[in-house]
Amino acid sequence: MSEYFHSVTLNTELCHGCITCVKRCPTEAIRVRNGKAQIIEGRCIDCGECIRVCPHHAKYAITDPLSSIKEFKFKVVLPPPSLFGQYKRQEDLELIRAGLLKLGFDAVYEVAAAAELVSSATRQLLNGDRLKKPVISSACPAVLRLIRIRFPNLIDNILPLSPPMEVAAMLARRRAVRETGLSPEDIGIAFLTPCPAKVTSIRNPIGIKKSEVDLAISVSEIYPALLSAMNECAEEGLGPDTAQSGRTGMSWGNSGGEAAATLTTGYLAADGIENVINVLEEMEDDRLSDQVFVELNACPAGCVGGVLNIENPYVAVTRMKHLQAYRPVSCNSISEAGIPPDMKWDAKVEPIDTLRLDPSPTESIRMMGELEEIESRLYGLDCGSCGAPSCRALAEDIVRGYSTEDACIYLLKDKVESVRDSLLSLTINKRDKGEVHKHES
Amino acid sequence: MTVNSLHYHYDVPGDDFTRAGVASGAVKQILKQLGLNPETVRKMSIALYEAEINMVIHGGGGVIDIDIDDDKIVALVSDQGPGIEDLDLAMQEGWSTASEQERNLGFGAGMGLPNMKKYSDELEINSEVGVGTSVKITVNIEKSGEQRD
Repeated sequence: MSEYFHSVTLNTELCHGCITCVKRCPTEAIRVRNGKAQIIEGRCIDCGECIRVCPHHAKYAITDPLSSIKEFKFKVVLPPPSLFGQYKRQEDLELIRAGLLKLGFDAVYEVAAAAELVSSATRQLLNGDRLKKPVISSACPAVLRLIRIRFPNLIDNILPLSPPMEVAAMLARRRAVRETGLSPEDIGIAFLTPCPAKVTSIRNPIGIKKSEVDLAISVSEIYPALLSAMNECAEEGLGPDTAQSGRTGMSWGNSGGEAAATLTTGYLAADGIENVINVLEEMEDDRLSDQVFVELNACPAGCVGGVLNIENPYVAVTRMKHLQAYRPVSCNSISEAGIPPDMKWDAKVEPIDTLRLDPSPTESIRMMGELEEIESRLYGLDCGSCGAPSCRALAEDIVRGYSTEDACIYLLKDKVESVRDSLLSLTINKRDKGEVHKHES
Repeated sequence: MTVNSLHYHYDVPGDDFTRAGVASGAVKQILKQLGLNPETVRKMSIALYEAEINMVIHGGGGVIDIDIDDDKIVALVSDQGPGIEDLDLAMQEGWSTASEQERNLGFGAGMGLPNMKKYSDELEINSEVGVGTSVKITVNIEKSGEQRD
């Protein structure tokens, strides 16, 4: 279990031990202990909120350096749809593709193209009657892990299809093998990731046995190099348009794109982790049973709001919409004959039990009673000074044996004051007795 | 000190739709933390949410008392509202006395009582016109050994 890889990581040296990330973590997965933040790995969903809010830039995402592409004989890059909203100067989408080739990649495979295949497969599945409605998108790995941890009842509602990144990687490798004659291991598939959750999902795939992606390079790392390359390409002049995707695929980069592409009437799209949690709560209570499809993105505005992107997500969305206006609706679809088996999930998605107090309900009830009792003694200020996000979280930590009541500075102050009072009363008593004695004599 | 049962009490204000569902939401979090079978959690959450909403819409608010022990979760939802005139009629799907405004807010689909019945293992409703209504929802706790796949 402890072998689970997380992309989101802490740089201890930069951490000041403030509680900004502790307070903002949607799964209460961070505590400050001994003056430094600590991530409770079992609870972290790699959403990247802590990276977004850390004022000291102590949280970062582990990704692969651009130089790591050298390990492969033939290098294919997978740009996600949100990448096309990152650059101001892109009268022509061709510029980004040309820039990527200049950076040393041998081929470009747009994730948006694979997204259109997934959209096409989703429509086929929704037309059938086999899926549990509402169907939840399988594209955001942070949301999928959140469901496994907090909403296990909804696992069966997840669309059992590989996300566009995986479909793109699989098809890109196949094409490269066909075109170069090299063996599959010699082909390096590099995804330009807008978020840490995608990196984590490559190392720990959800719903599929093995990821087809070899490297995850962050958009923030490639951004300046790609900008220079694009500028060079602009001067040299561009070749013909080789775009692989249309509006449907590109709109997957922003919230609502995937949902709209299902072409159903009952769909909903929520973005931003808090909004996502609220929608999942409602779904769990059977309150969204009139919806057919639910698209959920952990980041505000969708993947375009990923923490490893550069541009303000709302500016980027505007740009992407503008670019889409000149594209066909869609350039890719699967055959009417059915969904290719390799686009479907081949591994079972299991719940993750990290919230429960104890495996035995009897013991859990005992611990919960203790937790409530401790919480009633705390001040309810949720100040976070103890390093936990709330008084209730501290009470839980105490019950689990990870903390003590002395971690609460208010309780500690009470304790110190009571010691002071008893010391004081000791001295007063002595003096009183002395005086009484004096009077008696 | 050994605790083998838990008790929670919630005051639910009437006619405040922004707070409707807060108590059932809190109970859901507690049940999840107790590590109960997800289906058990789901059943209680849905039934209790419906009861809470009903109490806000029709009963003018009231109180919720939750008792949890090894075998079962019991929720007692009581108000001092107008009471239900014809309980058999109210149990029918689609039947509702919700106002136009409440329906516009998405309430009053007439699924409240039927859903409570569907998701609870035992449902006891006591209602007297002019006095109030109390709904007792019982959901049995499935032991891990008996969990279905």
